[in-house]
Amino acid sequence: MTAVVDAAEVAESRAPSRTSSAVVCGVLAVALVVSTVVAIGLGSAVVAPDDTARYLWAALSGGQIAGSEVTTYQIIWEIRTPRVLLAALVGAGLSAVGVAVQAMVRNALADPFVLGISSGASVGAVAVTVTGGLAAFGIYAVSAGAFLGALAAAVLVYAAASGGGGMSPLRLVLTGVAMSLGFQALMSVIVYLVPDGEATSTVLYWTMGGFGAATWGALPVVAAAVVLGTALLLRQSRTLDVLALGDETAASLGIGADRQRKLLLLLASLVTGVMVAVSGAIGFVGLVMPHLVRMVVGAVHARVLAVAPLAGAVFMVWADLAARTVVSPRELPLGVITALVGVPVFLSLMRRRAYLFGGR
Amino acid sequence: MDLTLDQLSVVTDGRALVRDLSLHVGSGTVVGLVGPNGSGKSTALRCIYRALKPSAGTVRAGEEDLVRLPPRQGAQLVAALAQDGAVDLDFTVAEAVALGRAPHLRGNQALSARERELCVRAMDRLGIGHLAGRGVLTLSGGERQRVLLARALVQEPRILVLDEPTNHLDVRHQVELLSQLRGSGLTVLVVLHDLNLAAGACDRIGVLSAGRLVTAGTPQEVLTEDLVEDVFGVRPTVVPHPKSGVPQLLYSIHPDSEESSPSCA
Repeated sequence: MTAVVDAAEVAESRAPSRTSSAVVCGVLAVALVVSTVVAIGLGSAVVAPDDTARYLWAALSGGQIAGSEVTTYQIIWEIRTPRVLLAALVGAGLSAVGVAVQAMVRNALADPFVLGISSGASVGAVAVTVTGGLAAFGIYAVSAGAFLGALAAAVLVYAAASGGGGMSPLRLVLTGVAMSLGFQALMSVIVYLVPDGEATSTVLYWTMGGFGAATWGALPVVAAAVVLGTALLLRQSRTLDVLALGDETAASLGIGADRQRKLLLLLASLVTGVMVAVSGAIGFVGLVMPHLVRMVVGAVHARVLAVAPLAGAVFMVWADLAARTVVSPRELPLGVITALVGVPVFLSLMRRRAYLFGGR
Repeated sequence: MDLTLDQLSVVTDGRALVRDLSLHVGSGTVVGLVGPNGSGKSTALRCIYRALKPSAGTVRAGEEDLVRLPPRQGAQLVAALAQDGAVDLDFTVAEAVALGRAPHLRGNQALSARERELCVRAMDRLGIGHLAGRGVLTLSGGERQRVLLARALVQEPRILVLDEPTNHLDVRHQVELLSQLRGSGLTVLVVLHDLNLAAGACDRIGVLSAGRLVTAGTPQEVLTEDLVEDVFGVRPTVVPHPKSGVPQLLYSIHPDSEESSPSCA
């Protein structure tokens, strides 16, 4: 009965997943740097990777470039670089928040938008577009409106879900889904009553997502939100593990599940709100990337949260590149690309590997 | 370390689930909690592992008031096998067991060499060492229960409470699990449905009915034909175990007999 297994043997049996998560992180980090440089170079005007790297170095170090190259330099540095960096950041953030939200509501179908945050943001953005409010924010007025809408949605979901018998996972999901439908109805009403083209295109942009509006100005806020959010989640990774064991077991391990869910909801809302404000609601990444990563490195959140942001960043850089080059000079909505590429990849991985989430 | 429930009451929505429950579990002893469905056994247990705050009364581990103690410190004293549904994520057995160290670690601090050794020994002791790399969602019920027990042991508690740990286990695994509990040296409070297993495994038994403690004592004192009929509504025949002498209950099931309708307690 008692098979004697010594520590070394167990360490060995666990070793593959551990080393592989470090290796996976290393590979993805290199892939991210390469992808970023390549993606910055590609577009309607193609710039070779070594030239791209030279321009980027010149911009960062304050070096010299020839006068004939100024136009190319400006395309690279002023337009494409912030766009690609934003794509990487949002891809990383959506993946990390997706992991957290799936653990928070204990649901494999959850993503950062399941709590109504994206539809809240859309309502905010459309409301600003139609009314011309928040003019004090200048060119960031619509983004500010989207952020406020996202926060309003989060507050409403929180208030509705936390009454009575505590914030159970199912209650959170149901409240979020109901709120989403409500916000979508509200958005439809606004667009219907104020049938101007700008409101309609704002709606389209925010529901499909995209990085066309990327500027250097918005990057620091997004970077701070994503990096801080991911770091906080990584620090709490064992708590996320324990939450997956159920509320009763969590209590016996000294963790109050309701309180942790409130904190996670707050964190997820803030980070998602910032991202939605600059890029719209890019679907699929936050849903699927956590699952893809778990298939490779296992379920422990310390590893999932280390790998998922990198994987999400690489994926988003290439998805954005595809969105702006496939039917160039027109742009495909980013959500179309993420779904078209992601779904087959996800399905094939599901078939190949014995992947379990929430039972057999 | 002993465990004391003192005048414990739990009232939700105006309904008293547990009323003035006082029970003492001596250091290193195994005490069983039995009673019909809905008699408040799980509710009482939930107060001990702090999934629930009692409306009145105290729960003490040694001299510590568990209700007032910060959750992490409480979890360093009391471990539990709770009645949770299936785990969502496919942790490996080794990963699931290691989560028992959560109350002792800050943030995502890694396990020390001693703690890893502790996990390995707990898995070996429960005969699941060879499963270390397997996903918990692929295990059988008996294996899964042993993983949970190993996790509770690496928590290094002084007190262990278990809510119907033998549910869904076959006879061999039931007997093995209770033997492991007896061999753990911990102060144990265990909710059991099977009165014969309770008689064999427990030093003392407390009987709950409608949220109140009816009686508590050794199996011989508690498991009488009259008491079982009073509390469970079925009259058994009580005979001493041929080897150990502990009381064992036999039930007569035949369609004509008046009192023995097969209502399963």
